[in-house]
Amino acid sequence: MNVLSDNFAMFREGFLGTVELTALSAVLALVLGTLIAAFRVSPVPALRIFGSAWVTLLRNTPLVLLFLAVTLGLPALGLKGWDSFWLAVMALGCYTSAFICEAIRSGINTVPVGQAEAARSIGMTFSQTLGQIVLPQAARTAIPPIGSLLIALAKNTAIASGFNVTELGSVQKTLNAASGYNIYVIFLWIAICYIIITFTISGLFRLLENRLAVAR
Amino acid sequence: MSEISVTKDAAPAADALVVLSKVNKHFGALHVLQDIDLTIARGEVVVVIGPSGSGKSTLCRTINRLETTDSGSITIDGKPLPQEGRELARLRSDVGMVFQSFNLFAHKTVLENVTLGQVKVRKKARKEAEEKARTLLDRVGVGAQADKYPAQLSGGQQQRVAIARALAMDPKVMLFDEPTSALDPEMINEVLEVMQQLARDGMTMVVVTHEMGFARSAANRVVFMADGRIVEEARPDQFFSNPRSDRAKDFLSKILHH
Ligand SMILES: Nc1ncnc2c1ncn2[C@@H]1O[C@H](COP(=O)(O)OP(=O)(O)O)[C@@H](O)[C@H]1O
Ligand SMILES: [Mg+2]
Repeated sequence: MNVLSDNFAMFREGFLGTVELTALSAVLALVLGTLIAAFRVSPVPALRIFGSAWVTLLRNTPLVLLFLAVTLGLPALGLKGWDSFWLAVMALGCYTSAFICEAIRSGINTVPVGQAEAARSIGMTFSQTLGQIVLPQAARTAIPPIGSLLIALAKNTAIASGFNVTELGSVQKTLNAASGYNIYVIFLWIAICYIIITFTISGLFRLLENRLAVAR
Repeated sequence: MSEISVTKDAAPAADALVVLSKVNKHFGALHVLQDIDLTIARGEVVVVIGPSGSGKSTLCRTINRLETTDSGSITIDGKPLPQEGRELARLRSDVGMVFQSFNLFAHKTVLENVTLGQVKVRKKARKEAEEKARTLLDRVGVGAQADKYPAQLSGGQQQRVAIARALAMDPKVMLFDEPTSALDPEMINEVLEVMQQLARDGMTMVVVTHEMGFARSAANRVVFMADGRIVEEARPDQFFSNPRSDRAKDFLSKILHH
């Protein structure tokens, strides 16, 4: 009679699916977001244009449309053979990268320009200046909003259930269809699973914030 | 050390280290640098003075291309300043710069501030870099602060660390942009003394400052700027006792009688 114990394997699979989808999309979003932020502050005009086009495009496209574009568009472009999980990682990672980029860029804007000038004046290159001096100081301002963005990402993974990916959203749909269980109880357990994930993310980010605050 | 030639039109001597020729720069409609010709010989100490807004900082910053120029040429040790990229970075590492607002790396300790460029730019081993950093910090009198963060230091100490950071790169020339203007009066001398010592040791220096005492005792030449032009160049004793241009007379009367 208990939804959770009756379907524990399914819940576990869905939970792990959401965790993996969140984690891998987060890694992609952080790497891309940092790279695009670097583009946006680089001295090369072409990179700056590419960066702002990336942000404008992805930030203003509804995520569902992006999923459609990736799942229908990539195969049409000849990129066949990707399974739906990795397509979902692509869509979520690229989408979130646009927001991460902007969080990092606003962090960069809080670093006094004299810091980068001092770095350049001792002969550091653009990437050294960014990596050694600017980004570490930008991180302190950028970390809290990035935490919020990753929590939003965790919840956005539910959209993947509509695209043939096993995660918590798809578990909920399957169980709802299976009937026999109270729909509110299903909902409750699913919600608890999401809360575990989002609380873990916010806990990690609180730790990170404290760590950075101590290391001035 | 006051014997070095001050004639303005001395042809770029064999040991001319920094040569600016016909340098022009605009900020929008503002013509901040107008046909600047300036040659700095190896080992020479040049003090740049002039009213606020006359383009002294901009001049200083064009010498290591923190500001771009519109026309004219700048060479350092015979090499023209590259446009961008690695070449420019390499050349910049030979030109030390000390800022009015210190600009120490806020998230790095004093020791790391002085070590970073040696390791990342000069590719020195960390141990060797730290040894050199400690020697330099001792030399500017802040050896005891090595493990502190910049915010824990007084302004005078921070500026001395900034000088050590620049010296760690073994620069051919040092640029100082009003290095004591952000300091409380009691800290000005500790920084000036370090700079005096540097001048005595033969460092080539371009110093934007209003510290007349420093100019008189350490400078080989005073360059007076107004409205983006070099209006007058002279030996310090000549310039302060007998300025030729009206702009310089006017300026000196304002800063010497207050
Ligand atoms: N980044 C900038 N953009 C626009 N105008 C500037 C900039 N930097 C300086 N200026 C202007 O150029 C003039 C010269 O400035 P500056 O070189 O700082 O003079 P100084 O150091 O002699 O006081 C001033 O009028 C200043 O307002
Ligand atoms: Mg200035």
